[in-house]
Amino acid sequence: MSVRPADFPPPFSNDEAIGAVTDAPDERIDVGILIVGGGPGGLACAVRLGQLLDEHPETRELLGDVPVAVLEKGKQPGSHLLSGAVMNARAIRRLFGGRIPIEEMPTYGPVHGEAVYLLTKGAALRIPPPPTMMNHGNWIVSVSELGRFLAEQAEAAGVMILPETAGQKLLVEHGRVVGARTGDKGRGRDGEPLSNFEPGVDVTARITVLAEGTAGHLTTAAIDRFGLHGSNPQIWALGVKEVWKVPKPLHRIVHTMGWPLRKRAKYGEFGGSFIYPMGEEHVSIGFVVGLEYADVELSAHDVLQEFKTHRLVRKILAGGERVAWGAKTITEGGLLSLPSKLNAPGLLLVGEGAGLVNVPRLKGVHYAIESGRLAAEAAFAALQRGEVAHRRGALDSYDASLRASYVWKDLAEVRNMRQVFDKGFFMGGALASAMTVTKGKLPPKDFDTHANADAPLIRTGRAAQYPAPDGTLTFDKLSSVFASGNRTRDDQPSHVRVQAKVPRDLAEMWQWMCPAHVYEVGDADGDGTVEVKVTPSNCVQCGAISAKGGRLTPPEGGSGPEYTLT
Amino acid sequence: MAGTLVFLETHDGELTKGGLGVLGKAAALGDAAGVVLGSGVREAAARAGAFGASTVYVVEDDALASPLPQPRVDALEAVVRESGADTVLFAASVLSADVASGLAARLEAGLNWDLTDLRLEGGELVGTRPALGDTVLVEVGWTSTPRLALIRSGTFDPVETGGTAEVKDVVASFQDFSTAATLVDHLQEASSGPSIEEADVIVAGGRGLGAPEGFTICEDLAAALGGAVAATRAVVDAGWYPYAAQVGQTGKTVSPKLYIALGISGAIQHKVGMQGSGTIVAINKDANAPIFDFADLGVVGDLAQIAPKLTELLKARS
Amino acid sequence: MKVAVCVKQVPDAAVHKRLDPGTHRLDRSAEGALNATDVNAVEEALRLKEAHGGEVVVVSLGPEKAIESLRKALAMGADRAVLVSDDAAAGSDLLATGYALAKALEREEADLVLFGQQSSDADGAVLWAAVSDRLRRPMVSQVAELTLEGGTVTGKRQTEFGYDVISAPLPAVVAVSDAINEPRYPSLKGIMGAKSKPQDVLGLSDVGIEADRVGEAGSRTVVRSSSPPPPKSGQVKIEDDGSAAERIVDYLAEKRLI
Repeated sequence: MSVRPADFPPPFSNDEAIGAVTDAPDERIDVGILIVGGGPGGLACAVRLGQLLDEHPETRELLGDVPVAVLEKGKQPGSHLLSGAVMNARAIRRLFGGRIPIEEMPTYGPVHGEAVYLLTKGAALRIPPPPTMMNHGNWIVSVSELGRFLAEQAEAAGVMILPETAGQKLLVEHGRVVGARTGDKGRGRDGEPLSNFEPGVDVTARITVLAEGTAGHLTTAAIDRFGLHGSNPQIWALGVKEVWKVPKPLHRIVHTMGWPLRKRAKYGEFGGSFIYPMGEEHVSIGFVVGLEYADVELSAHDVLQEFKTHRLVRKILAGGERVAWGAKTITEGGLLSLPSKLNAPGLLLVGEGAGLVNVPRLKGVHYAIESGRLAAEAAFAALQRGEVAHRRGALDSYDASLRASYVWKDLAEVRNMRQVFDKGFFMGGALASAMTVTKGKLPPKDFDTHANADAPLIRTGRAAQYPAPDGTLTFDKLSSVFASGNRTRDDQPSHVRVQAKVPRDLAEMWQWMCPAHVYEVGDADGDGTVEVKVTPSNCVQCGAISAKGGRLTPPEGGSGPEYTLT
Repeated sequence: MAGTLVFLETHDGELTKGGLGVLGKAAALGDAAGVVLGSGVREAAARAGAFGASTVYVVEDDALASPLPQPRVDALEAVVRESGADTVLFAASVLSADVASGLAARLEAGLNWDLTDLRLEGGELVGTRPALGDTVLVEVGWTSTPRLALIRSGTFDPVETGGTAEVKDVVASFQDFSTAATLVDHLQEASSGPSIEEADVIVAGGRGLGAPEGFTICEDLAAALGGAVAATRAVVDAGWYPYAAQVGQTGKTVSPKLYIALGISGAIQHKVGMQGSGTIVAINKDANAPIFDFADLGVVGDLAQIAPKLTELLKARS
Repeated sequence: MKVAVCVKQVPDAAVHKRLDPGTHRLDRSAEGALNATDVNAVEEALRLKEAHGGEVVVVSLGPEKAIESLRKALAMGADRAVLVSDDAAAGSDLLATGYALAKALEREEADLVLFGQQSSDADGAVLWAAVSDRLRRPMVSQVAELTLEGGTVTGKRQTEFGYDVISAPLPAVVAVSDAINEPRYPSLKGIMGAKSKPQDVLGLSDVGIEADRVGEAGSRTVVRSSSPPPPKSGQVKIEDDGSAAERIVDYLAEKRLI
């Protein structure tokens, strides 16, 4: 009888992430608009709000001493941002009203050329880029650097950015969102307050924007509380990437499919790699695997290491040195997994947290920015004198504007692309081509997705193919966690919720799955279950565990990776 | 090198090893004189001749009775002036670091610290200093005289040459502010042994110990060596040993002369907390453990057998 | 009572600290955080202020963006920040830095000047002793416990031989070790209020520092080159055949470690 992660749900209820205001009035902090998440979506929202409030000081006055605040759980904006990335510049240009040329923003230049390969173990067959993958006119960026840039712009526009601050609980009263409570700091391993214990604070706001990115903690709870579930469950992929300093510059972006992933439908291995030049001296290389895979021993980190041993990749990395590593999940469900509405009384959902990612095109950064901008405009409108920001429907203009935008149009075109790969690479490929050519009109029915945690586990001895880490080309997980800049304080409560005793297959699956080596198979209990050993301080908060039977919650603010180049 | 002074400290009436080691190095590079400052230190001072000093300058004064740095800056200034020395070397210690730095300001002189080597190159003095957690070696120099240098503790061993030194007394005057701080009391360390930050020897335990009880092996070995016990993140997480003993990226950084790692795999999170140690000895059952990549002496074997035996042998020697 | 705390900014990301290949000095381009033990010093200053009243000012020397890390001290509760920032001061060694800091501190006329002192030998310069000499004030370093009473500061100073208890009259300079306290987390209100606290960025002339006393011109030491350390030589790996303990003893004896 094979094990399904979904049968072992985490000891966590979304109710834990929702609560009423408990701080006394002089203890709580009141802001005009609270944005949770300092990524491209949240910061674009902040920048746009800053612009609007500059143009309309009478509205700014209505919002108190701190009109706009952004909570960011990382050490600084960018610390938890990781992506490929090749970005469509249209949204960021629009955000700055054309006043800042793209050349003045932190990018690694426009895409000069593109190649797609189908790999086998020994060969690389160049194939014409699928129509969804034409990147001419797009720009190569580090989303971490972009985050730092957007944060500077937001601060210049009068926005208050609060780093090292986690959004722990959504504050809801009388059926509307009234802000968020920040996380405690200075608790010991068993939750006991240490000598420098600093309790979290209720931050109240007229409108709260959730821009938490993938596997968002408050977003997940909000969708549940306000009944905003979409038609399909949300699904994710896990991406692991490295940045390398290389002697020989790469002059085009590369995508690969095929090896080391397996094509047959029963493995459920959907994904591929990206290799992008970062200027003349660096490359960004990553591997993405959909989390509906079935094999207990599949490890995205080790698949990346294996991938690097391919002749094609060795040539690119030859003589180089790894300078960064990181991992993050990618929201993959597309249009059909989006929440039924992206707003509720006092609440707006933007970016990847809302599910706005175009998987076949590997794009999401510009949707985050565009949705952040549209959310700002809707929030601004709802805060005008005479409006009641939290009344039912006050923020519907956000959903309307998003549905009328290119974001929606793009997602509709590719809405079934990901799901058909359930049928395996070749069948999926054929269906995907049909979709592209007809711009989503064929095939006519919408395909269902299965939640990642529903996939029953199988064993195939996959781990035997992973290369032993040599410390030069291939690396083990612990040294990779170190390379992410992670130096999380050990003596704090565990932020990862998983059942403590599970069948061995499940514990092993988690052990392989997690790129940061958070889970280990512990002692057997004689009844077929084993204890799960958790080392939460390794966690880089990628979110994979939330897709596969557990639940990630935010640790103490400032914990986790300190990405700068990813 | 014309005129090098070496700052020699005394403790319990004896010249300390660190200063004598630097004296030996200085004597190998050229003419070296010792400097001994204190109250009742003339007898000890004379013994510097046996370790390479041709001359020993002594400043005897009540103001120097307590181990405080600022009066020593005044005294050293006087010796530098009187001797015409162009170089002053210090073996690093809590006291000497403050003296060297204060003297640098007083003489408007350059100070290089944490040096692990000194050499002459074309008449110039060149120092070597590890940086960035001992992952890089930097070469440093001076652009004027006098040149001041702090040598990392334990770098040079004393060399007994058996000579004698001429003892010269120097009289110093002391600034008011130099003598404003006073020693009120002295508290000896509790006999539980040195802290891991101060210890010359550390015995560290990891998951290979098997169980919390395994730390008795570490404690016994540490006691036999007069050292302290440390632990990896993994065992502290598991509650086997207190957080105060954790060495590593998220614990303490240590650099003892000897680090013995028992049952420790050597992941980089641990390595960065101890890679500056003088000599690293590792005992681990797993021949492929990363710690063997950087251990000076790696022993593949069962620590439960080897470590207690080692403790017995060490106790028998002393 | 006025307490001045000298702080410095250090490279943030723990991972790729590197030396600039041109100057062989620390590449500070990814700068971010307050040096860890400086945070202990700020905490100690705040505790003194809570007990005795007065003002806490943080003083630093560095590039303009160092002002961001001074905000952390303000967020913790310090009242004012002073940053002396001038291109001419880049590349200052201990002597030049000590001179510049002393000049900046003279302006403040604090009763007590605090420094943070790492307990393990690191990139930290032994600045406090140089600064005390220039300010002509008594100094106590390596302090693990500090009390202030009636114009006298008393510190428990940790040495290789135990603890010395030293007293000095104010005005004085004290360097505290990281064992002295557990620094507080800045509260959210503190973080939000930090930005509006007084932050002065001063040039050399504002502080009366001559350009030839700082930077390379004011330094008396140079960095000549840098290189990776020679690979570890003489590494020995053995398998236990029953005699490992004896072989370890021989090895340690040969290296004169026992």
